[in-house]
Amino acid sequence: MDIRIDKIRKEFGDFPALHDVSLNIRSGELIALLGPSGSGKTTLLRLVAGLEYPSQGRILFGEEDASWKSVQERNVGFVFQHYALFKHMTVFDNVAFGLRVRGSKDRPPKAEIRRRVEELIDMVQLSGMENRYPGQLSGGQRQRVALARAMAIEPRVLLLDEPFGALDAKVRKDLRKWLREFHDRTGHTTLFVTHDQEEALELADRVVVMSQGKIEQVGSADDIYDRPQSDFVFSFVGDSAKLPVTATNGEVLFKGAQTGLRTSAANGEKHIFFRPRDIVLQEDGPAFEGRILSMRRLAGARIAEIDAGLGEGAERVEIELPLGVPAEQGNVIRFLPHRYAIF
Amino acid sequence: MADQQTAPHRGRNAVSEPTFVRWLLILICALFLALFLVVPLGTVVGRVIMAGWGSFAETLSESDTQSAIRLTLAVAALAVPFNLIFGIAAAWAIAKFEFKGKTFLTTLIDLPFSVSPVISGLVYVLLFGADTWLGPQLKAMGFPIIFAFPGIFLATVFVTFPFIARELIPLMQAQGTADEEAAISLGASGWQTFFRVTLPNIKWALLYGVLLCNARAMGEFGAVSVVSGHVRGKTETMPLHIEALYNDYATDGAFAVASLLAALALVTLILRTLLEMKFGAEVGNGQHK
Repeated sequence: MDIRIDKIRKEFGDFPALHDVSLNIRSGELIALLGPSGSGKTTLLRLVAGLEYPSQGRILFGEEDASWKSVQERNVGFVFQHYALFKHMTVFDNVAFGLRVRGSKDRPPKAEIRRRVEELIDMVQLSGMENRYPGQLSGGQRQRVALARAMAIEPRVLLLDEPFGALDAKVRKDLRKWLREFHDRTGHTTLFVTHDQEEALELADRVVVMSQGKIEQVGSADDIYDRPQSDFVFSFVGDSAKLPVTATNGEVLFKGAQTGLRTSAANGEKHIFFRPRDIVLQEDGPAFEGRILSMRRLAGARIAEIDAGLGEGAERVEIELPLGVPAEQGNVIRFLPHRYAIF
Repeated sequence: MADQQTAPHRGRNAVSEPTFVRWLLILICALFLALFLVVPLGTVVGRVIMAGWGSFAETLSESDTQSAIRLTLAVAALAVPFNLIFGIAAAWAIAKFEFKGKTFLTTLIDLPFSVSPVISGLVYVLLFGADTWLGPQLKAMGFPIIFAFPGIFLATVFVTFPFIARELIPLMQAQGTADEEAAISLGASGWQTFFRVTLPNIKWALLYGVLLCNARAMGEFGAVSVVSGHVRGKTETMPLHIEALYNDYATDGAFAVASLLAALALVTLILRTLLEMKFGAEVGNGQHK
């Protein structure tokens, strides 16, 4: 099912949660909505589900305008952040719920419900646990019950709100892989919300980076990480270093001095962004210069905190030093980023 | 360091008190309960036993007493369902919606707790009494409020309406709306969601509230006294009847009815305890993890 989100605005009272958000989702895609809290990602997910209604704009399921359809009419599978399993029902009854509440015309016969529920429980690898209550399951198992319950209604779209948020790191990794396989097998158009960039980059076909109610960038993991299109995306996804620079006729100046770097950005006060590891140390010629304030050793790298610009008004920045280079606290080093962006 | 490891703990932890403090607190509690609950209740039962079964049976067979029992049960049987519906509706509105004046509504629900029952009764006299415009009209239409069943019912409802709502609001607030959202996202209608998801989630608290509400509805004296008019055999509830008997120097009779009312309250209390055990077991089951 293709989904088209067309210039959606959403306000809660006076607070604008989403400004003119547009997004096209192709059938069968696995999409991550990534952003910090308050970025509007969960609101967008709830709008698609029909748990909220837009202040302006449209949401299309295929050719059909679903903007004002109720949740029930939209037929979406929603997995809640804390699963919202029905505590007083067994695993079986939880999964069967969506089928049992159907009107007598659409409700499958009992035997058919049983067959389908058992099939789903088998698919989420919980066979033998049909008669357990949610309170007797681990976090990962509850998560899979929630998924099976959402799949039982044969949804057109699968929506997951922070699907791994409440799980510990190990279970998280296993479930992530499992969800990817599950998606590849069932082929449902799937949207999930996360604040964990690793999760988004690893799992999704395309990542939608959001900030303050706007979409900052949509793209594959490579696009997002290697070609960030805004300062927000650059600093939100992955480690980044940032220094204030001036763009003058295509030249990049740092504290009034030439750096030898070039930019297509318009003249004015800008910032240069680069990954801490994308630097080359310079013997001579124009470069960023700074004193090493402190050094940290990570497993495969050394991180140096530097006061770039030296002395008064110096900017602190972290860069990664190659392991072979001798350097210690107090040394002055000169470097240039070989990949960078100016915003 | 080594002796630290071998030091006996005897189950002590940082927040437990020395033994004598614990025993002192327990003793104070027990004495307090004995003085204010066991002794008076015991006296009631004792008086009845001393007067003998004959006197007890005689009092209960009097038509005025039977009428009082019937009236009390009838009022409770009407007031409780009434407050059940109001309680769920109010708790639902307060716990699951955001609206202006929510704090005000919550405060209003507490009003009967803070207002003297006499005033609760008086309100209805001022509204429907003989000096008002509304009272005589309704009476002429054959539907008197004051000094009649409707007045007693209204006063009882007023006094007891916080019980169920107060029991449900904190629970429903804690539970939030995620379960309901899950139900509707699975295609359930509003009613299906209520009966299959919301109600099972609150059923124990609801029953608990109903029992408390019922106990109070049967025992209410002040508010009912103002509106009832004390017509024997007609508008006297059990608590009023007890007072009337006592004022007539029919002390044995008064104690007989009192023991019956206390027994009704006791049944409620036992039910409550049983529920608590059941409720407690469910919580302990890890279902609320």
